Amino acid sequence: MDQSRIRNFSIIAHIDHGKSTLADRILELTDAVSKRDMREQVLDSMDLERERGITIKAQAVRVTWKGHELNLIDTPGHVDFTYEVSRSLQACEGAVLVVDAAQGTEAQTLANAYLAIENNLEIVPVVNKIDLPQADPEGAAREVAELIGDTPERVLRISAKTGEGVPELLDAIVERIPPPAGEPDAPARALIFDSSYDQYRGVVAFVRVIDGVFRPRERLRAMALGTRFEAQEIGFMSPAMGPVDALIAGEVGYVITGLKDVSELRVGDTLTTETGGAAEPLPGYKDVKPMVFAGLFPTDSDQYPELRDALERLKLNDAALFYEPETSQALGFGFRSGFLGLLHMEIVRERLEREFDLDLLVTAPNVAYRVLERIGEWREVHSPADMPDEFDEVEEPYVKASIIVPKEYVGQVMELNNDRRGKFDHMEYLSPERVHLTYELPLGEIVLDYYDQLKSRTRGYASFDYDYIGFRPGTLVRVDVLVAGEPVDALSLIIHREFAYDRGRALVERLKKEIPRQMFDVAIQAAIGARVISRETVKARRKDVLAKCYGGDITRKRKLLENQKKGKKRMKQVGAVEVPQEAFLAVLNIGDGKK
Amino acid sequence: MSGVRHLYVHLPFCAHRCGYCDFVTVVGRRGEHETYVDALLRELELEAGLLDAELETIFLGGGTPTFTENGALERLLAALPAAREVTVEANPETITPELAAFLSRNRVNRVSVGVQSFNTALLDVLERRASGVDVTRAVDVLRNAGIDNINLDLIYGIPGQGIADLEGDLAEALTLEPEHLSCYELEAKPGTRFTHAHGAELERQAEAMEDYFERVVEQLTAAGYRWYETANFCRGPDEADDRDLRAHHNLAYWAGRDYLGVGIGAVSTVAGRRWRNTPRLPAYVAALGGGVAPAREFETIDEHTRVREQVMLGLRLDEPLPLAGVEDALDGAALRRLAGLGLVRHDERTIALTRRGRFLGGGVTADLLA
Repeated sequence: MDQSRIRNFSIIAHIDHGKSTLADRILELTDAVSKRDMREQVLDSMDLERERGITIKAQAVRVTWKGHELNLIDTPGHVDFTYEVSRSLQACEGAVLVVDAAQGTEAQTLANAYLAIENNLEIVPVVNKIDLPQADPEGAAREVAELIGDTPERVLRISAKTGEGVPELLDAIVERIPPPAGEPDAPARALIFDSSYDQYRGVVAFVRVIDGVFRPRERLRAMALGTRFEAQEIGFMSPAMGPVDALIAGEVGYVITGLKDVSELRVGDTLTTETGGAAEPLPGYKDVKPMVFAGLFPTDSDQYPELRDALERLKLNDAALFYEPETSQALGFGFRSGFLGLLHMEIVRERLEREFDLDLLVTAPNVAYRVLERIGEWREVHSPADMPDEFDEVEEPYVKASIIVPKEYVGQVMELNNDRRGKFDHMEYLSPERVHLTYELPLGEIVLDYYDQLKSRTRGYASFDYDYIGFRPGTLVRVDVLVAGEPVDALSLIIHREFAYDRGRALVERLKKEIPRQMFDVAIQAAIGARVISRETVKARRKDVLAKCYGGDITRKRKLLENQKKGKKRMKQVGAVEVPQEAFLAVLNIGDGKK
Repeated sequence: MSGVRHLYVHLPFCAHRCGYCDFVTVVGRRGEHETYVDALLRELELEAGLLDAELETIFLGGGTPTFTENGALERLLAALPAAREVTVEANPETITPELAAFLSRNRVNRVSVGVQSFNTALLDVLERRASGVDVTRAVDVLRNAGIDNINLDLIYGIPGQGIADLEGDLAEALTLEPEHLSCYELEAKPGTRFTHAHGAELERQAEAMEDYFERVVEQLTAAGYRWYETANFCRGPDEADDRDLRAHHNLAYWAGRDYLGVGIGAVSTVAGRRWRNTPRLPAYVAALGGGVAPAREFETIDEHTRVREQVMLGLRLDEPLPLAGVEDALDGAALRRLAGLGLVRHDERTIALTRRGRFLGGGVTADLLA
């Protein structure tokens, strides 16, 4: 098709503002999916995404509208996937920015809008859910217009649910979003904005062709990683996959690569032809690095091989997932896993438990640290237990946190951020009622229970988003926990020196509640190096007997004893002490221990 | 192979079912005592082949065996084979001079009295009908009839029982100079009327039971009693009395010996098989009336299970358990750890719990078993 009749766009929105419903309605209106076949939210293929109302993997669907070819590129909806979102947006010339008529702009609305502006996209602003009784379309329109520097009159009013206003939106997409402007005759270049793994066909790359033409059976090369392969099939989704003879400059589609490992093809990389290919890749490729780490251990140590296989399988579809074997004295064999963020971690954990039927113990998450060792070399540390006892400097990752909250909660949010070593950056009123705050915060303060605290202190009204801004030096110490004199590696934490005493004490108190009385006194200590900063004792039990046992009840008593034995097996043995699994998450609940 | 040398006979009848009781009991039914004894004797006849020519112990438990009509009880006692120790359980209020003489005449040489407490208010909570005075009188009556081996059952942890009440009960019991004492923590079984009524109070005092158990052991051992099993105490052999006053019938259970039980709900373990008779009186009587064994639940006690039971039961005793034959059932690392904690002591041939280990016997045993 003539480039002038192509429009490539994404829909961007805060979670639950109606992105998927709008995508469904567009597919239905353009006859890409018949009403009868309409499965709600066609683009979200995984159950999990559907339940969480989020989309992890972007896909692209081609539809036609009044003689135009529209490519709808779906984007992940969360900060953990900012890089993927930005690559999806780079594949577009425009974005439909959806705002809930009752909620107005939220933290992710801002984050997504800024990303779209950075990528020079034409933004088509939309207020959705105008059918809701509590909708305030005018207020929401004013907010979104102000955000993107447009006028409220240009903001479309729709109901994705009823379909009202959606045809007008499709017209606006054609009118306002510019067509692609690539060189059809230049050497072929395509941006990979997503990939997924199919067990029969290998890695499938989703691409936006920028210049030139791609054809099936051509030898191709991924420019950043240098991966070479033959395009087994090219085509586009509508929404079913359909092969074509060519994808030309400006078009969006897929390439079946036959590759067996998603890590050979990275989002953001540039595809070109092996012969007569482009000299320069497209700009913007980054190697994304996990920032949040946690230990994954099978509850039943016999499940270790299953866990390893499951991680291998997940990794096929998730190049950002990182894992390496980890051995904990307390928890046995498992994996230290790296994630883009907390949501990514939660998704991986749920998939492991749900799709692979694994029973997991996930340790409290921590961030990546950079440590300047005494020998003068920087090293990245992924687990508190790996933190050397002595070092010259340590750096921790910082984020810029963006929080939108009703004005009456500003005080609480500021207090929370101050408690978490936040540095105030900026505050503005989005409307007379709602305030946008930005803070610079150590990511390590967020991975504990920041989000829970934010929600509870603002009665759930705050919306929150963050963006990495790099590593900064910190005054950090490692707090170790000793149970009955033995250090428990899985309970160590890295913490700002100023908080070490309070949180060490909170952790020890918390553990005292979690660890049941044993057959001897159990000392629980928090220590920095050799210095004990807090101590509690779980007093020994003095009685644990089955009252009586005669001929008639030997079988029952034996079963009671076997059950007692099984209960003990479910505990993790730390030296002579039985520690319940829950205790290993105690770290998570000490963030508010200061109060 | 020698036959079974220990016999249990269940007499389920009671005047009243106490709220906390979860034994197989039948209230009243005076008219059925004779037919029940007929059935008992029939079952005994059916299983006679299992018994050794010479029995060591017989135990008549209940229920309230002494509530059974004297005619029926006498017929039963007369038909039972001879044994060195014949024990009957009795409630204090059922013990009259006539009954005592009757038991003595019928070769009963040990009586286990269900005292539970001497405190009237606490007895009311337990729905027991006797009073403290009844107990003192009952013991006198038994002694006068020549019964010279008496056990008193006591319960601690009764809702509302303070530590001073417990001390009072123990002191009163000691003044009666019983040969044997059994002290149990009150077990409130889920679903009983008692748990329903007193569950909250029991939960509140649960932690205090550590003190109570310690007090029981301290007070009785201080008075010269031997703490020979987790919940059982006996007067030690001394100049006045050189008998081994442990409950030999129960020792047979704890030593893992075979035993035959007859009557409703009674359990037997013979040659690797364990069975429990139906707890239903009409079904039991009907089956034996027809000359066949009653309905039974069977369980195979394989070697693995037998050894584990041997450890579980053997470690309840003060005498060391021989290691021969049970080593494979023990977790060596746990054994070393528990020995290090001072809860277990062992040498090359035996293993036993230390005094502190015995207070924690359940947990220690669970740890020790491989």
